[in-house]
Amino acid sequence: MRIAVTSTGESLISEVDPRFGRAAFFIVCDTDTMDFVAIENENVAGGAAGIGSAKRVIDEGVEAVLTGNCGPNAQRTLDAAGVKLYIGVTGTVAEAVEHFKSGTLTIAEGPNVPSHFGMDK
Amino acid sequence: MKEVVVISGKGGTGKTSIVASFAALAKNAVLADCDVDAADLHLILNPDVKRTTDFSGGKLASIMTDKCIGCGRCEDVCHFDAATFDGPGNDVVEKTYTIDPISCEGCGVCVHFCPVDAIEFKEAVNGQWFVSETRFGPMVHARLGIAQENSGKLVSLIRKEAKRIATEQNSDLIIVDGSPGLGCPVIASITGADRVLVVTEPTLSGRHDLDRVIELTKHFNIPTAICINKWDINPSIAAEIRDAAHSRNLQIAGEIAYDPAVTKAQIAAKSGVEYSNGRLKGQIVSLWESVLGVL
Amino acid sequence: MLDNFVVAIASGKGGTGKTTVATNLASAACDSGHKVQYLDCDVEEPNGHIFLRPQIAASRQVTIDVPQVDTEKCTACGQCGQICQYGAIVCIKDNVLTFEQLCHACGGCFRVCPDDAITPKPLEIGTLACGKAGAIEFVSGQLNIGHVRTPTLIKEVKRHIHPECLAIIDVPPGTSCPVVEALKDTDFVLLVTEPTPFGLNDLKLAVELVRELSLPFAVVINRYDVGNEKVEEYCEAEGIRVAARLPDDRRIAELYSSGKMIVRELPEYRNCFVDLVGAMEAHR
Repeated sequence: MRIAVTSTGESLISEVDPRFGRAAFFIVCDTDTMDFVAIENENVAGGAAGIGSAKRVIDEGVEAVLTGNCGPNAQRTLDAAGVKLYIGVTGTVAEAVEHFKSGTLTIAEGPNVPSHFGMDK
Repeated sequence: MKEVVVISGKGGTGKTSIVASFAALAKNAVLADCDVDAADLHLILNPDVKRTTDFSGGKLASIMTDKCIGCGRCEDVCHFDAATFDGPGNDVVEKTYTIDPISCEGCGVCVHFCPVDAIEFKEAVNGQWFVSETRFGPMVHARLGIAQENSGKLVSLIRKEAKRIATEQNSDLIIVDGSPGLGCPVIASITGADRVLVVTEPTLSGRHDLDRVIELTKHFNIPTAICINKWDINPSIAAEIRDAAHSRNLQIAGEIAYDPAVTKAQIAAKSGVEYSNGRLKGQIVSLWESVLGVL
Repeated sequence: MLDNFVVAIASGKGGTGKTTVATNLASAACDSGHKVQYLDCDVEEPNGHIFLRPQIAASRQVTIDVPQVDTEKCTACGQCGQICQYGAIVCIKDNVLTFEQLCHACGGCFRVCPDDAITPKPLEIGTLACGKAGAIEFVSGQLNIGHVRTPTLIKEVKRHIHPECLAIIDVPPGTSCPVVEALKDTDFVLLVTEPTPFGLNDLKLAVELVRELSLPFAVVINRYDVGNEKVEEYCEAEGIRVAARLPDDRRIAELYSSGKMIVRELPEYRNCFVDLVGAMEAHR
C-alpha cells in the first residue's frame, strides 16, 4: 500500500513532522517494499497550505496519511479523496510505518488543530 | 534553538526599537524583520546585503494591446474595477482595454474569458527579500512593493530562511520583528514561535488592540508575554494592563518608561542599549533577561 | 464651506498620529460649521470610536458572495477548481470542496461552471456601524478576525460618503492594498509623520504610493520638535507642503492615552486644526 508520512527530513530515520499542511517533507512509501521517495513540501509559505498539501499527496496516489496534527481544510480535502488520516504519530518515519502496519495508530475523527497551526517552524 | 517574535497589535508602540536592542544583547542569534509593509529595523542594524531574491505573491493580468479587439468582456467580468477602456488603438480597433496593475488582484477571470486570448497572466514581482550581515549577526528582511497584497507569504519566506540559516550556523535564537495589526502577516509571523512578546502602550487604543492580539496568540497556543512601553504616560491604564495580564496568566516581562533617549538612539542609528548607559538600558536589559529566562 | 470633498489621513508608519489628526480635524471642521463625516477605514484596528464616542444608530454584517455547489447538477468537470487562484474551491475526484475563508469573491467559479451548479452564498466578513458623534456623521468598519477581504470592507465603508459633506477618512497604516482601497478616489491626502529616521523612511514609502495614485497631498509633522531636521529637508527638497506641525507635548500624549480630544481639552491647539481645514479649502 502507498502511504504518506509527514517528515522533518528526507530519510526513513527522519523524525515525523508534527504538522501536515506545512510539513517540511512528505515521505511517500510502499509499505510492502519500503521503497520510498521524499517530496519537499512547496506549500510551506502562503495560504491554502493544507489544501495544497492534501492535493499533493492525493496526486501521489496514497491511501493513507500519517502525521502529528491536521487542520480542517486539509482534513476535508483528504476525506473527499477517501484518504485515511492517522494523527498523533511520533517517532521516526520508519517507526511510524511499523506502527501503521501493526494497526496501532489512531485514525482521525475530525481535524484536531485549528487552521494555520503549523506555520513557520 | 528558540524563536521569539515581537509584535504590537497597534503600530508605533516601540516594537522595532526593542527588537534592535534585543539584537544587540543576544549572543549567537539570527534576526528576521517580518514587518514587510514598512520595514524599519534596517535603519538601526545597517545590514550589508549579501543576497537578493525577487518575491512573487501571485499573478498579474496584462492585456497585449495588439491582440485586443475592444470587446469589453474583461471589464464585464472583472470584480475589482481593474479593466478600463483607455488603451491605445491597434490595427483592428481605435481603442483598446488596459488592466491597472494596482487594482488587479490576479484572479485570472479575464484571462479565461477573453475571446481572443489577448491577456497574459504572469507571476508578478511583488517585492524582494534579502539575506544580509549585520554587526549582530545574519539578518533576513524584505521590501514589499507599494500597493501589494500583504498575505503573509513573504513573512513565511523570511522566517523559513532565518530558520535555515540558524540551523546551518548553529544559532541559539531567532529574533523576529513581527508585523503590526491582526491579519495574515501577523499570523504568519507568530505561528510555531516559542514565545511572543507583545509590546503595548498604556493608552485606550493600545489596550483595545492588545485584547485582540492576545486572542490571536491564545488561538494559536503560543506562550505570550507583555511589555508595557512608555508606561508612565498613563500609570492608571498601565495598572489596568498589569491586572488584565495577571488575571489571564500572562507574564509582564518588562516595563519601560518614556525616554527621549529612544529617539536620540534611533537618530544615531544605534539600538537603545548601545546608546544609553542609564535607566533605559537597565529597563531593556531587564526585559530581555525576563524574555530569555522562560525560553 | 468644504463640501463634496474627501480627505484621507494616512501614514506609512503606524503610531504617528493619524487617528489623532483625523478625529480632531473632524471635530474642528464641524465646530467651524462644515457638514462632516468621519469614516474609520482602519478596519483591522479601528480606534476612531474611542475619541469620538459615537452613538451607533445602525450596525450590520458585511458579506461577500462565496460559492455553494449543487451536487445534483455538478458533473465534476473540474473547471471551477482550475480557475480559482486561491484554493477556495477545489476538485478532488468527484467532489467539489469549498473553503470560504480563502474566497476573494472574484466570481470566476460561478461564471465558468457549465452546469449552472454554483450559486452565491453570503459570508460575513465584518461589521459596519453608523451613527453620530455630536453633529459628526460616524461610519466605521471592523473586520472579523481571520478574514482576508479587508479591501472589500473598506469599500463598503466608503460607500457611505455623502456628496454634501466634508468626508474625513482614517486610513490604515502602511502601503499595501487595504491602504490603496482607502485612498482611491479621494480628493486630498494628509500624510502624518514624525521627524525620526523611522518616520522619514515610512513617509517616503507613503509619498511613493500617493504619487503612484496621482493624489494631491500634504504632510503633517507630529512631535515636530523631537528628532531631527531630515523630514523637513526632505519635504522641502521634494516640493511637498507641510500643512501643519504639532509639538511634542506630553499633555497631548496623555490625552490620547485616555481617549480624549485635543481640541476639547487643550483649546490652544484648536487653531492648529482649524488652520488645517483652511489649508485644505485653499488647496481646493
